[in-house]
Amino acid sequence: MRRGIAATALVAALGVTLAACGSDSGSNGGGSKSSGELSGTVTWWDTSTVGSEDKVFKKIAEDFKKKHPKVTVKYVNVPFGEAQNKFKNAAQSGSGAPDVIRSEVAWTPEFADLGYLAPLDGTVALKNNEDFLKQAAASTQYKGKTYGVPQVIDSMGIFYNKKIFKEAGVEVPKTIDELKTVSAKIKQKTGKPGLYLRGDDAYWFLSFLYGEGGDLVDAEKKTVTVDSAAGVKAFKVVKDLVDSGAAKTDATDGWNNMQTAFKDGKVAMMINGPWAVSDTHAGKEFTDKANLGIAPVPAGSAGQGAPQGGHNLAVYAGSKNLDASYAFAEYMTSAETQATVAKELSLLPTRESVYIKPDVATNEMITFFKPVVDKAVERPWIPETGSLFAPLVTEYTKVLTGQTTPDAGAKATGDAYRKLLKDWK
Amino acid sequence: MAVDTPSQSVVKAAGDSVARGRSRGTGKPRRAAKKRSLSTHWYAWAMVAPVTVVIAVIIGYPLVRGVYLSLTNANERNVARSIGVNEIPATYEFVGLDNYADAITGSQFLATLGWTILWTVSCVAITFVLGLSLANVLNRRIAGRSVYRMLLILPWAVPGFVSVFAWRFLYNQDNGLLNQILAGGGIDAVPWLNDPTWAKFSVILVNVWLGIPFMMVALLGGLQSIPGELYEAAEMDGANAWQRFRHITMPGLSSVSTTVILLSTIWTFNMFPVIFLLTRGGPGEATQILVTQAYKFSFEISPRDFAQSSTWGVLILVLLMIFAAIYQRVLRKQGEVW
Repeated sequence: MRRGIAATALVAALGVTLAACGSDSGSNGGGSKSSGELSGTVTWWDTSTVGSEDKVFKKIAEDFKKKHPKVTVKYVNVPFGEAQNKFKNAAQSGSGAPDVIRSEVAWTPEFADLGYLAPLDGTVALKNNEDFLKQAAASTQYKGKTYGVPQVIDSMGIFYNKKIFKEAGVEVPKTIDELKTVSAKIKQKTGKPGLYLRGDDAYWFLSFLYGEGGDLVDAEKKTVTVDSAAGVKAFKVVKDLVDSGAAKTDATDGWNNMQTAFKDGKVAMMINGPWAVSDTHAGKEFTDKANLGIAPVPAGSAGQGAPQGGHNLAVYAGSKNLDASYAFAEYMTSAETQATVAKELSLLPTRESVYIKPDVATNEMITFFKPVVDKAVERPWIPETGSLFAPLVTEYTKVLTGQTTPDAGAKATGDAYRKLLKDWK
Repeated sequence: MAVDTPSQSVVKAAGDSVARGRSRGTGKPRRAAKKRSLSTHWYAWAMVAPVTVVIAVIIGYPLVRGVYLSLTNANERNVARSIGVNEIPATYEFVGLDNYADAITGSQFLATLGWTILWTVSCVAITFVLGLSLANVLNRRIAGRSVYRMLLILPWAVPGFVSVFAWRFLYNQDNGLLNQILAGGGIDAVPWLNDPTWAKFSVILVNVWLGIPFMMVALLGGLQSIPGELYEAAEMDGANAWQRFRHITMPGLSSVSTTVILLSTIWTFNMFPVIFLLTRGGPGEATQILVTQAYKFSFEISPRDFAQSSTWGVLILVLLMIFAAIYQRVLRKQGEVW
């Protein structure tokens, strides 16, 4: 009897090994397609927020097996801040790279330019692609080919604690001047700082830059605009917010400290996007979800604007299992999956058809953010867009911590951009 | 070290105990000695060969490659890549010494170098002074000496990145333990890692904390090798505590301390984990030392600038070599054998 089991196990093990070899060499030559059934493993690097979003995405990703029983999905959560570099390391060396990566919109053209991504045109990944929002699809295009499938789209707004606002007797600020008076009043009435402004990530600076009428670069005119008068003014605005005490900042642990402070009711407002909604709802101040208010980012002297962001699913060009990866990318961005994600995490779908689904159409966060996204400022989808943040964040932090002046900070950023973008003005 | 000339064969050293140190060859022609050495000791060479090959591969190749890259304009977008179906050939070019000229004439390298030197000198000086005092304290017979020794070695026993992360939590401005303790005493929160000056202070503090055990243990060993009779004799002669320290302890420790200072300087100069894990060189670039900046060029900015990164790497190597050479020369003048 025992011997029988051992023999069976041996045969089974051999079978598995043979199958593994078979599928390995087969997928290179497209063998898995000929059999009509997908098999093998798909590794997916997700970058969603750990502790809230990741659980939902993990479950959805692993449910891919229900549709394709022979495919195993390996879910890996890579912190968003590290994913860009980690993927580049792995993709260039060719070892340890995932099959599918959740690529931020600005990374997608950069990865494509470096040759790390597989073009998706004509594959199953782009099924029903006419349904995608135009804004969301824009970042997936590079040199006439499609390198990503839009997964979520987002923008930013002001998150505020309704209880603190009531206590202080203030209304939601619509402009930066109002923001300063509101903050002062909150501080006076409750002793808490008004706004938490991340000082370690320049993405949080963009809405102030757009509010003053500035932008990082003008891709059509091939001009660097971050050091224009508007750019300098934006640096002055954030510096003034911090110096005047209207905003609190942190130059090293911005994200964690911001979320902790806001969730514990230690700060009244923060600027954030849909990706923070489920994490914020988990905080003790927001056990009653209705306490979380949301409003458009305050307008600067030239208007109001927030950056348009989001994530695509991209397939690694060196993947051993391209066919299953295409199918997985399609599955994760299908209308059905997006509706589940929207319902559970309040993330914004990238498909027109999902917005009219009943659960989605009544979601407060989504109904707020959809018009914001429609108006949001789109960044130029050039390969260098992903490179624009590193010089900006250094100068942004330097300005906030008083190591350089707004003028010098803007100028240094502009110089770095001109070095990066050869022949631009 | 490798200053011994090849004329001194292994057999000679082993068989004749007098023939140590600088070449005391017996006057035989060098070539003959070499030949004989090869024929008698071929097995030794054979045994050394694998190690030599491994070292050549893991140290020699990267070094040569690094120097080569520093003479090109290689970056992420022009190096060779082969990713699945995409085969991209290398297109970077040889640019001579341009990178070095840029680095040395630009303000960034010099500014970073300035802070790196300040960081190294203050870390080594503070660590040495504290390590020396603690070693002196622990060299006496005090109650619970072994417990103190254990506790003081603790920072060494914990993996570096673990303790650095622990410090990062302690330093957190909003939720860190240090600021909570200060708040208990009615003191405002200190921006440990958020203010450029405080951040510099904080990183030095952590490095001193990490470096003390090594200094202390090495100096304690040195102290224990000083014969007790010297102190007794000095005491008989009426020397006070300071005089005993100045004229017995200090000279007795000089050989140990020169070595630990040299090692500590080289380690601190290139102390990547403390800076990288605590502040990532921030806020802004306030705590960026040469190695962390070189890492940033090669792994954090995009497109990754391999050429500039290697240039900085080579410059670091050159600086440390110059330092070691000067240090050695100064010591030799003072009669130290190193």
